[in-house]
Amino acid sequence: MEKIRCAIIGPGNIGTDLLYKLLRSDILEPVWMVGIEPGSEGLARAAKLGIKTTSEGVDGLVPHVIADGVQIAFDATSAYVHAENSRKLNELGVLVIDLTPAAIGPLCVPPVNLKELAGRQTMNVNMVTCAGQATIPMVAAVSSVQEVAYAEIIATVASKSIGMGTRKNIDEFTRTTSAAVARVGGAAKGKAIVIVNPAEPPLMMRDTVYCETVDEPDQAAITAAVHKMIAAVQEYVPGYTLKNGPTFEGRQVSIFLEVEGLGDFLPKYAGNLDIMTAAAARTAEMFARDMLAGRFKLEPMKEHA
Amino acid sequence: MMSLEDKVRGRKVKLHDMCLRDGMHSMRHQISVEQMINIASGLDDAGVPLIQVTHGDGLGGSSLSYGRSLHSDAEYITAVAKNVRKAKISVLHVPGIGTLDELRMAADCGASCVHVAAHCTEADVTEQHIGLGRELGLDTVGFLMMAHMTPPEAFLVQALLMEGYGAQTIYCVDSAGYMLPDEVTTRITGLRAALKPETGIGFHAHHNLGMGVANSLAAVAAGANRIDGSAAGLGAGAGNTPLELMVAVGDRLGIDTGVDLFKLMDVAEDRVLPIMPKPPRADRDSITLGFAGVYSTFLYKAKEAERKYGLSARDILLELGRKRMIGGQEDMIEDTALSMVKARELAASEA
Repeated sequence: MEKIRCAIIGPGNIGTDLLYKLLRSDILEPVWMVGIEPGSEGLARAAKLGIKTTSEGVDGLVPHVIADGVQIAFDATSAYVHAENSRKLNELGVLVIDLTPAAIGPLCVPPVNLKELAGRQTMNVNMVTCAGQATIPMVAAVSSVQEVAYAEIIATVASKSIGMGTRKNIDEFTRTTSAAVARVGGAAKGKAIVIVNPAEPPLMMRDTVYCETVDEPDQAAITAAVHKMIAAVQEYVPGYTLKNGPTFEGRQVSIFLEVEGLGDFLPKYAGNLDIMTAAAARTAEMFARDMLAGRFKLEPMKEHA
Repeated sequence: MMSLEDKVRGRKVKLHDMCLRDGMHSMRHQISVEQMINIASGLDDAGVPLIQVTHGDGLGGSSLSYGRSLHSDAEYITAVAKNVRKAKISVLHVPGIGTLDELRMAADCGASCVHVAAHCTEADVTEQHIGLGRELGLDTVGFLMMAHMTPPEAFLVQALLMEGYGAQTIYCVDSAGYMLPDEVTTRITGLRAALKPETGIGFHAHHNLGMGVANSLAAVAAGANRIDGSAAGLGAGAGNTPLELMVAVGDRLGIDTGVDLFKLMDVAEDRVLPIMPKPPRADRDSITLGFAGVYSTFLYKAKEAERKYGLSARDILLELGRKRMIGGQEDMIEDTALSMVKARELAASEA
């Protein structure tokens, strides 16, 4: 079967975990891994797996995009450099899947709004944050039943599972997640809290979702919607589980989740990375199917003044 | 050998009152603006140089997880800042909970000092916030919480990171009220040796094992020049170091705090005590916090879960300690209680 060729920018934990997932895809084929440090472990690992590598950043990839038929690029670097990376690749007609919290393109949480994005001919899609991927499906489940006035999420990740990028940009991480909880989850107002826990052995990613409904919550309908959404996320993140709840107290709905990773590159506690890379791969696969079916034609983008 | 008194006599120590921030926890974040003004103006008049005013969990802490505050941080800070003459207003800011916009807001409202807080092993999430504190010209403090959870050498590495980001004072924070004086001495001595001479050192205690004053004295003896406490001890768990006790002891030992003891006693007695539903006390659950090294703020939700599910708050707190839960993980209290209920039901069905 014909595959869509991809590049990954950023050979760190996320980029490497994503590479493992793409290697299993029946519709995506990773061909380039892009880094900025010549001696980096991530680049060496990719090269060993038969992937072309450059340590000259996106500029090192650009001359090969057309010849190697790269149509989708994943950016797993940082919010600060994403816009520039995206511009260079969009100019060559490459669709960019953004795994940083830069959020310059439409936000995507696959079971919630991937289908809506299909018809939009967008050239940049943002994967929100790991906390957003883990919690927004639950907010969306509740808001599919009735109006949600306020949604709050608390994401706890193991210290070992988050890299320097997230630590240095924790403000963008918190903000992007808060905004997406409202915009994609469908709550009138959203708030995100992020906790980094250093326990040894590392804790699994835990996520708590609180929703305040406008009217009395319809307990049976919300419970059913939550379970249905859990199953939808499990299609691409098998370790996504409901630990407790939903519980109801007045207008407050509480949902307690755990996310166990597949253990592709990082250990299983790093469910936060797994849900991010799995969501990105799933998003790319949908676009790839549309490309192969001729429903989505990539166009080189001119820079807008 | 030098006595404690030899080490502390004549030392200048800046006291920092916490009752309008840490005390917000014990008041479930329901202190009114009028109460804040009344207490803060009293503290100001008594010569307390720094008063912290924020939701218990810092800027942006008002939430379902931590409890909503009666008023916004902006309202509280503005009102208090307008009603003190000499005292500086500080805020707590926890990256991951509050955003940079909220710190800018606090500075606009009149705050001039910020405690940027992180768990004792995660200092590298504070770079943006410490950076902004300095940029805004705030007296910027790195606040390393749950300090007992990491070995002293590792603790120093984190302190140096914060100093490198621009923090002007580094705190050892005993969030669980777990430490004993020797542990405090080790950590503060380490900080004094490792940090630049111009970098200040602070200590923040919880009185869960009744060690607030003793630990604070140990900190001063080892080189700390800022001590947190709160009038009448109003703070999470069994409260913070009762500030009027600290001043009384300090006066006898010749520590120079610049605070008027009798005026401060009166603020504690006449203004703070009357607003408390119950004075903080080392009850069995607060002692459990200190004994097992659990975050002091977990007390309230654990007690709630006790009422709701018929579990023992002490058992819940011990379980949270076993799971190595840290500050901010209040959501895990309900989750842990629900799991304990499930286990209880399972055991009953098997019996």
